[in-house]
Amino acid sequence: MTNSSHRRKRAMSKAVLFLLLLAGSVLVLAPIYWLFISSVKTSGELALYPPTFWPRAWHFENYINAFNQVPFARFTLNTLLYAAISVAANVLVNSFISYGFAKIEFPGRNFWFAMVLATMMIPGFVTLVPKYIMFTKIGWVGWYLPLVVPQFFGDPFRIFMMRQFYRTIPNELIEAAKVDGASHFYIWARLMTPLVKPLLATVAIMAFKAAWNDFQGPLLYVRREVWYTIQIGLQMFRGQNATQWNYIMAMSLFSMMPILILFFLFQNYFIQGMNVSGSSK
Amino acid sequence: MSLLQIREARVGYIFILPWIIGLLAFTVGPILFSLYTSFTEYNIAQPPKWIGLQNYITALAADMLVPKSFMNTLWYACVNVPIVTVGGLLVACALNTKIPGMRFFRTVYYIPSVLVGIGVYFLWMLLLHPTNGLVNWAVGLLGVKGPAWLSSPQWTKPAVVLMNVWGFGAQMLLYLARLQSIPEDLYEAAELDGAGGGGKFLKITIPMLSPIIFYNLTLSIIGNLQVFQEGYVLSGDGTGQPANSLLFFNLHLWRQAFYYFRMGYASALSWLLFIVIMALTAVNVLVSKHWVFYEGGGPND
Repeated sequence: MTNSSHRRKRAMSKAVLFLLLLAGSVLVLAPIYWLFISSVKTSGELALYPPTFWPRAWHFENYINAFNQVPFARFTLNTLLYAAISVAANVLVNSFISYGFAKIEFPGRNFWFAMVLATMMIPGFVTLVPKYIMFTKIGWVGWYLPLVVPQFFGDPFRIFMMRQFYRTIPNELIEAAKVDGASHFYIWARLMTPLVKPLLATVAIMAFKAAWNDFQGPLLYVRREVWYTIQIGLQMFRGQNATQWNYIMAMSLFSMMPILILFFLFQNYFIQGMNVSGSSK
Repeated sequence: MSLLQIREARVGYIFILPWIIGLLAFTVGPILFSLYTSFTEYNIAQPPKWIGLQNYITALAADMLVPKSFMNTLWYACVNVPIVTVGGLLVACALNTKIPGMRFFRTVYYIPSVLVGIGVYFLWMLLLHPTNGLVNWAVGLLGVKGPAWLSSPQWTKPAVVLMNVWGFGAQMLLYLARLQSIPEDLYEAAELDGAGGGGKFLKITIPMLSPIIFYNLTLSIIGNLQVFQEGYVLSGDGTGQPANSLLFFNLHLWRQAFYYFRMGYASALSWLLFIVIMALTAVNVLVSKHWVFYEGGGPND
């Protein structure tokens, strides 16, 4: 085969690939477009067949109407509170624990780290029922305590991820600080924080996303409507408005916006967190 | 041990103390309690009553919803995992070539996996509406009448799979990161040896990706066997209807525990699924030894 025909063949296959990817993009983006236009249609227009691909009129007031039907502002604040506590707990505690695993020598360290790895293997539903019984017995059911308190004791996946990162920081740095009389607490809080900032950002985003999207936790533990999170509020809203799909779409889109914005602002941290937590969703 | 080492050890334990407390309070304690509860009849209000193996016997021999929900879950995992894995892999390979608009495509294919939460389920309920949903409109263009999806017992699980396939971007990204780390000279050497596109894919790409494929497969199977939310939300009222076709194992467990307050029975169910998951994980690890290629030695680095 001559060089030029080889090159032409390659260009052809690239063009085919490009067209395939373009067609795929349309398929991938269509549901998002649908979500948006459905949220501004009237419910009458939504029931039409064939469906309209361009709204006859743009009813942005759907958002306001939906907001007024159910206290979504309150749910948003609740979710932000839950997410803020989660972020603070995760960043602080997981970095503290993983510094200990990565940078301090002590007998039994390997055993406890093996326990971290073992805990990663235990599926969440195994402890679902006994934890519910425990939290009921100590009277924590009703508010976010059962959801946030455990986060102050470390998460195995995040401990593992952070420990790997701390290990890449040269020990000489720590030894030098120790010679100068610095304690491990000082080194962790002051010396390490600027070095591991990207890692802290990754963990913060992972924790925010987990709290924002948490459905099962609040479904089980949150009882009073004033403390509903956005996901539970959305589920309740659909239960009450089985017919007004335009409002449901408006609030669905609203509930996805914060994570979408975070993604576009912090793509790299986002993707890093994704790679560690994997696909287990 | 010197005084310095003792002091160092003490500090070390202070650092990991939260983890040890959490491990005992929120993992080991609950697991032991769950094991005990699974041999009792317990509704929280009254003290647990020891009934031996009765819960396990009921689950395995009497409760028809156990095989039903288990098969639902297995069907879902066995269809969903391969489709998402192969899809993610193929698109990752396509996105690893040098063609115009690559950054755009990568972002586009990834976006659905950023859109998560209950809103996505509601979006798909609308898209899959039997008469005027977008999906059946598109199917209609091909001259076929689309199914009733979430209202038809045979089509509920394919509907869930379709929704999940849309969000395959997370897997794609994992593979993409790995593909980019495969040295170019491997492919060049293969080309000199006369390997074509397919040969290069099978002889280089797949072996180089095998650890991450394996990692993903394990996690996906374990994750998929725990499917809950899809059944709860897409059945509309958390019951797994129509015809129990969305009653996944964990949804059955959930209903037994938190609707009927059969805590002992629900604990027994959780142990049964735990055993299945552990067995699958073990099989996966054993099988992987035969085909997973780890660059430069063992899997633990």
